[in-house]
Amino acid sequence: MAKMNMLQAINSALAIAMEENENACIFGEDVGAFGGVFRATSGLQEKFGKDRVFNTPLVEQGILGFANGLAAQGTLAIPEIQFADYIFPAFDQIVNETAKFRFRSGNEFNVGNMVIRTPYGGGIHGGLYHSQSPEAYFAHTPGLKLVFPRNAYQAKGLLAASLESNDPVIFFEPKRLYRASVGEVPEGKYTIPLGKAEIVQQGEDVTLLAWGAQVEMLEKAAEMAEKDGISCEVIDLRTVAPWDVETVTASVIKTGRLVVSQEAPLTGGFASEIAATVQEECFLHLESPIERVCGLDTPYPLAHEKEYMADHLKVYEAIKRSVNY
Amino acid sequence: MAKLLNVENPTNTIRKDTLELDFVGEHALSIPTFKMLDDNGELYKGAQKSSMDKETAIRIYETMRFIRVFDERMLAAQRQGRVSFYMQCLGEEAAVTGSAAALEDKDMIFAQYREQAALAYRGFKLEQFMHQMFSNEKDFGKGRQMPIHYGSKELNYSTISSPLGTQIPQAAGYAYGQKLKGDGACTICYFGEGAASEGDFHAGLNMAAVHNSPTLFFARNNGYAISTPASEQFKGDGIAVRATGYGMKAIRVDGFDALAVYEAVKMAREYSVKNNAPVLIESIAYRLAAHSSSDDPTGYREKEEEETFRDNCPVERFRKYMVKQGWLDEAEDEKVKEQIKVQVLDALKVAEKVAKPALEEIVTDVYEEVPAHLQKQYEQLKAHILKYPESYPATASRIGESK
Repeated sequence: MAKMNMLQAINSALAIAMEENENACIFGEDVGAFGGVFRATSGLQEKFGKDRVFNTPLVEQGILGFANGLAAQGTLAIPEIQFADYIFPAFDQIVNETAKFRFRSGNEFNVGNMVIRTPYGGGIHGGLYHSQSPEAYFAHTPGLKLVFPRNAYQAKGLLAASLESNDPVIFFEPKRLYRASVGEVPEGKYTIPLGKAEIVQQGEDVTLLAWGAQVEMLEKAAEMAEKDGISCEVIDLRTVAPWDVETVTASVIKTGRLVVSQEAPLTGGFASEIAATVQEECFLHLESPIERVCGLDTPYPLAHEKEYMADHLKVYEAIKRSVNY
Repeated sequence: MAKLLNVENPTNTIRKDTLELDFVGEHALSIPTFKMLDDNGELYKGAQKSSMDKETAIRIYETMRFIRVFDERMLAAQRQGRVSFYMQCLGEEAAVTGSAAALEDKDMIFAQYREQAALAYRGFKLEQFMHQMFSNEKDFGKGRQMPIHYGSKELNYSTISSPLGTQIPQAAGYAYGQKLKGDGACTICYFGEGAASEGDFHAGLNMAAVHNSPTLFFARNNGYAISTPASEQFKGDGIAVRATGYGMKAIRVDGFDALAVYEAVKMAREYSVKNNAPVLIESIAYRLAAHSSSDDPTGYREKEEEETFRDNCPVERFRKYMVKQGWLDEAEDEKVKEQIKVQVLDALKVAEKVAKPALEEIVTDVYEEVPAHLQKQYEQLKAHILKYPESYPATASRIGESK
């Protein structure tokens, strides 16, 4: 074990995958000598050469189109999109190509050897073009797996599993936690299964559900609620698509209440999908309406970031509404 | 002539400076069209010697002849309502077949949608074409895409995608993987001059050039993108000239001339694989047929224009060449054409009776394994169909059959 921050944990998972796969390629804007805009790929070009770790031109649709071809050829493709906010120029390549390669060809061809890494989310004073959480757009597209780590340990294990997955994965990295999340991380390889939620904290009165950086807000709110005598079960969804319905519904059946929180705006967000499924599966067990604590339906603001965010206080208030309904 | 000053510069360009104030014209670079065969199947005077052997020439001719008959019959089948959609290669048989013939089997093909002749040249069987068009259970694509969206892993032909131009950056990536594996192969990517307007064109060519990816970008400039003529699609000297801007070699070739296309692509392939560099090839031809079976060209172009190009028939030109070489017996040729018509109809009759893919295929291949939520949705759908079997006759009777 070693103390690592999330960037170091990601770097370590990438280095192991590059050693295991002799042709695997990491590419994107500035990922080469510079190590990427957040330095997640630091030192990898030095170690694995310019043929396998390289800067690309500034063209997201080109990066993803190239990645689709490379992965279809059988090479592990690990493209980086500098910010999740900049993934939209590549939207067509991801939703029409990456997601459908296997289905449309009857599995003659697939691009399962692909992990798109991209930093997402707010809390870094990034304003409306450096803070978005665009997972709902991709969750609506069958064929993609969407994975969110909440800390350094999770990041390494989930990324290692994503790199081994035979389905294309978008790996959303919470940039607010890149350096803030430090923990004990094994130096060797380990994997954390995709598609499985984790019960971070057991509880009896209400289920709190989130993914990525938002889990931290749940934990803080749960701590506050505990002082009021409310016992919270905290769940980290980890994989947004396809998501672990079983773990979530089992918990809601036990507690009778659900507060689900996401960074992204409320309307049409993935929290809404979860709420719909849970009311369908757990209707007779629900003691109160499902609460959604989300970003506002506005672009992500700069000056009012703190006010905008679905922070622990907003989650705490939702917990009380749920319990006192 | 401008007086040039030579000054060192740090950018990745070969740059010269001048004190003379003037524009560079939009036609500063005009690329000539490489030709070998004239309309009578004779080599132009002074044309370069053909390197095509008899065996290759016969295979090219047989492919073009097959595709022409096949296209004609399938369009008729579409008009009869037996096939839902069709696209013909008409007018571009030489461009597609000649280029495919210049490749090696290990080379990858990323096609747009009008390159069935390349797939036929590779050995895709008549039955396989038919199964795809009828979306039956023998279709490699398991009945998921519209007709003409072929694909074959065995023949290194990537399954067609409908969105335009998406294959262009993919080809660059595929070829890069081939280079890393060092198997001396390359990737050819076909697209029309219309698709060259898409962002993916820029993205793909730029990526391939910068990353030294052995990709052959084959622009089929056939004059029309559905109804939009090339004159409304781009300005300047066609598509080939753009290669220069990306730092890439280019060649423009007469797309009606199978010999010229073959030589051009052969040279491009050799250069590309040896130097790990992309090449842009522009074929100048004419889309004699409608864009697709859903299109009616009489609404946007004159019959006379089509007739002008009909005389430039690429198949006829090559046929005359074959006869002059003593490689083709004309009487035998006519007989074979009739035989192909019969074979196509027979294969059509067989394919249209083959069952649809199993209902289960609706949820497979979305992911490597069918996830729980899709399994659940499938079970719900199955139960629903069994409740109303008369409304879902194609699948109701087959539910429960093991695959």
